[in-house]
Amino acid sequence: MNNKKALRIVKKTPEYLLKTLVILVFIFPFYWMLSTAFKTYAEAIATPPTLWPADLIIENFAKAWNSGPFLTYTKNSVIVTLSVIVIQYIIMVPAAYGFARFNFRGKNLLFAIVLIAFMMPGQIVFIPVYLMLAKWDLLKTLLPQILPFAANAFGIFLLRQYFMQVPEEIIEAAKLDNAKEHQIMFKIMMPMAKSAMMTVALFSFISRWNDYFWPLVMTNDESLRPLTVGIAMLKDAEGIVNWHVIMAGNTILVIPIILIYIFASRQIVKAFVYSGIK
Amino acid sequence: MKKKKAYPYLLIGPAILFMLVFVIYPMFYLGYISLTNWNLINPTKKFVGFNNYITLFHREEFYKSLFNTCTYTFFTVISIMVIALLLAVWFNRNTKFDTFGQMAIFTPHIIALVSVAMVWLWLMDPDAGLLNYILKVFGFPPSKWLQSSKTSMMSIIIVSVWKSVGYYTLIILAALQSIPKDIYEAADLDNAPKIRQFFKITLPMISPQLFFLLIVMTIDSFKVFETVRVMTSGGPNFSTNVLVYYIYDNAFINMKLGYAAAAGMVLLVIIGLITIVYFKLLAKKVHYQ
Repeated sequence: MNNKKALRIVKKTPEYLLKTLVILVFIFPFYWMLSTAFKTYAEAIATPPTLWPADLIIENFAKAWNSGPFLTYTKNSVIVTLSVIVIQYIIMVPAAYGFARFNFRGKNLLFAIVLIAFMMPGQIVFIPVYLMLAKWDLLKTLLPQILPFAANAFGIFLLRQYFMQVPEEIIEAAKLDNAKEHQIMFKIMMPMAKSAMMTVALFSFISRWNDYFWPLVMTNDESLRPLTVGIAMLKDAEGIVNWHVIMAGNTILVIPIILIYIFASRQIVKAFVYSGIK
Repeated sequence: MKKKKAYPYLLIGPAILFMLVFVIYPMFYLGYISLTNWNLINPTKKFVGFNNYITLFHREEFYKSLFNTCTYTFFTVISIMVIALLLAVWFNRNTKFDTFGQMAIFTPHIIALVSVAMVWLWLMDPDAGLLNYILKVFGFPPSKWLQSSKTSMMSIIIVSVWKSVGYYTLIILAALQSIPKDIYEAADLDNAPKIRQFFKITLPMISPQLFFLLIVMTIDSFKVFETVRVMTSGGPNFSTNVLVYYIYDNAFINMKLGYAAAAGMVLLVIIGLITIVYFKLLAKKVHYQ
């Protein structure tokens, strides 16, 4: 019995080695970023490269942080991300509830608008939206990074599906108890769709935090830029040779997401896979 | 009763309002801008008819960026599809090791593209980068990666594939797990070899999903921008200048909004057509079920 097991392990070893190699291909670049971030300039560009930094240099982080108004960048990233998530909830939950529970004239047309919003990439509409926001005199605020994301089409789809799965009997029972529509929505439907709500929040958090294109085209002013734009500018500020500082800056941007991924990897994977299958 | 009729509209209203303002109206507005000579330096804007389109279709640069986008899309989509399919089949086990592998492969997808691009810029540095060191160790000549117009597009494609392949692997995995197990058991009883099972059972069973993924990937590839902006700024020698970068460059660097909007309309038409195909197929699929 034990022999057989040992034999199987030996037979499987090449496969595991190969799989480990594949896993390394996807993980190692992040390790390399982290490792470079703690090296001196000389060590970062040394040949042969060192896998582990000789001394852990923390100054790189201070250097990256002080190369621009990074406190402002971080603040902007946090404000934008959190506001988008909160506003999305306020708008999305009633909309999903309306689509799931009611029949009304023009429903198909309105749903088609949601579909178009779902498919339309920001890379197409950024010029007109920029001009609109300029006309409304909003470019000197953070709103251009928030308002266009207020209505989350993906979230409406997902929640609608969850709301439709709530058994009719539960709603009927609540109605017999004289429950109002908004009570049904908040007290019955929302708790039952908890995991979907979580999914949407994670999805929004990651996509807003990571976004570079939209804030890049919407901001002209340092005081309004988020971390992604600030860190991309680090490359120009530090020059293309100071990789240790650039990697330290990127570590600051990446760490929150990695931490969330470690704690909620299953949820995150589910969220993204769902958004792909629909 | 009256109040009841308005109720669903009140629920949906805010969402629809935002979508009309930030998605639907801008589509038409884009079309209008493309017919003017609007630029950011000079506040006057004149209606110029189809002049921007005529200029656009006479510019070699525009065709070059369109061609670059198509090249990028073609190779990115094919590579992702093949690699994701292989990885999905290979990591399709419920062991701890395989689950960890799936999570690991997926990691790049949730990391900011800016950081991914910069890490790879560093790995691909021709002088001190790790990739050239590895090539040297194995006796290969070093590459210029992003700094030569011969290899720049390939380098961008490598980064894009690396970033997204895990995402598609997991989606294909979900599709694989929906195939009924007894089909494979029957095949095993017939002693059908694994490779044959893959081509005769697995592939046909998930081919509808794969086709949808193909369309999603294509749309996604046509939007490529951030990698190019961070890694090459469209260079060297225009070799990585893609459509969205071209639009961005003309709108916010050259300040020619009307002209950029015309290029934007071309992107709108391309993505619109692919999307229509997508929904046509979706309707068909629903119909057959």
